Amino acid sequence: MSTDHGQTPSQAIGPFFAHGLIPEQYGYAFTSLAGTALASERTMGERVRIQGQVLDGEAVPVADALVEIWQADAEGRYMHPAAPPRNVEFTGFGRAGTGADPHNRFLFDTIKPGAPQTGHAPHIHVFVFMPGLLNHVSTRLYFSDETSANERDNVLQSIAAVRRNTLIALREQSDEGAVYRFDIHMQGPLETVFFDL
Amino acid sequence: MTSKPFPGRDWNSHPAYVSPDYRSSRLRAPSKPLQQLPDTPELHAGPHFDGNAVRQLDNDLLKNGAHDGEPLGQRIVVTGRVLDQHGQPVPDTLIEIWQANAAGRYIDRNDDNDAPLDPNFLGAGRAATDAQGRYRFYTVKPGAYPWGNHHNAWRPNHIHLSVFGPSIATRLVTQMYFAGDPLLEFDPIYLAVPAAARHRLVAEYSPDVTESGFALGYIFDIVLGGAGKTPAQT
Repeated sequence: MSTDHGQTPSQAIGPFFAHGLIPEQYGYAFTSLAGTALASERTMGERVRIQGQVLDGEAVPVADALVEIWQADAEGRYMHPAAPPRNVEFTGFGRAGTGADPHNRFLFDTIKPGAPQTGHAPHIHVFVFMPGLLNHVSTRLYFSDETSANERDNVLQSIAAVRRNTLIALREQSDEGAVYRFDIHMQGPLETVFFDL
Repeated sequence: MTSKPFPGRDWNSHPAYVSPDYRSSRLRAPSKPLQQLPDTPELHAGPHFDGNAVRQLDNDLLKNGAHDGEPLGQRIVVTGRVLDQHGQPVPDTLIEIWQANAAGRYIDRNDDNDAPLDPNFLGAGRAATDAQGRYRFYTVKPGAYPWGNHHNAWRPNHIHLSVFGPSIATRLVTQMYFAGDPLLEFDPIYLAVPAAARHRLVAEYSPDVTESGFALGYIFDIVLGGAGKTPAQT
């Protein structure tokens, strides 16, 4: 047996993950670990929708991507085993496939996270998996209506100004409430900033 | 606020994003260098799923999609440990798997491979690691199947895995292959991995794990990245 503890290499997710990872969204006979609705009626916080597309190097929306998000609650607290228990469970974790929507969008119904205690601006971690992507990518969604917090955020400020806007989701008001638009560009002049994570 | 950078991935272990022989990587891989993050507590936390997310039979693909019989194919046991980079077990973490059936066909509606579906096989499961980091699945050996990457391209037998680990930096999606598969040396997804790390994706046959009269045994250990509990070695 090998004694090295080198990391197990990443591989692409492949095109046929829906029955395993998002079966309920795609209508397969298995339970989903997480879906597109993160907030229950009892979850505190402003209800928002996160909506966007994953666009390839020719700006074509990707129809077979898996998008995962992880976020803090309205008070900026992440749910994890070391964190103190809450009255209302909010895992802050969601999954969406882009193949279930006619426009190949991912749509999450969640709450707007509060600012974390670290002094960073409110944000949502976003992870993208798809065939052709040998390692998943990791990025962050910040909010267009948090201008002053964004200006103080050391992660955002560490990014060249010309690319910073790729991480800012644009707030729009729809009939159903607040929608943040966040398109993820894999390549091209609008290529999203991805983190080494 | 700390300004120490987060260590990031070990790029000697992981494939490059752009791997031209894997055709669909050309338009889907990021072209610019990844941005480093400052090391903050939230990078050491992440979504937590453990045994509470696993129902009876979730780790038994021989039974969890069965309707009026058993799935066809070679029965196998796949077991191993999830470890951090220092060889310490990662307990209470979730592994999800999905795969083609023994004929090389996925249940996915978009799979147009001309091989039969198996009415008794779903091809998806999940399991949590125990206190020693061990997991165990029962399934059938997935078949090889053709795909469109290049002329007469066939994927080697493989099982897809998704692992959470303790933080968003330990998240891993990968594929497990089988020792001795002649298709490996032609597979651009497997070959995209640096040569010295490829063996970590190959499960070994184990007579000890093999269950007499029932199923062949394979061992597949998984080592997660991310910053472990002890300081990262450089």
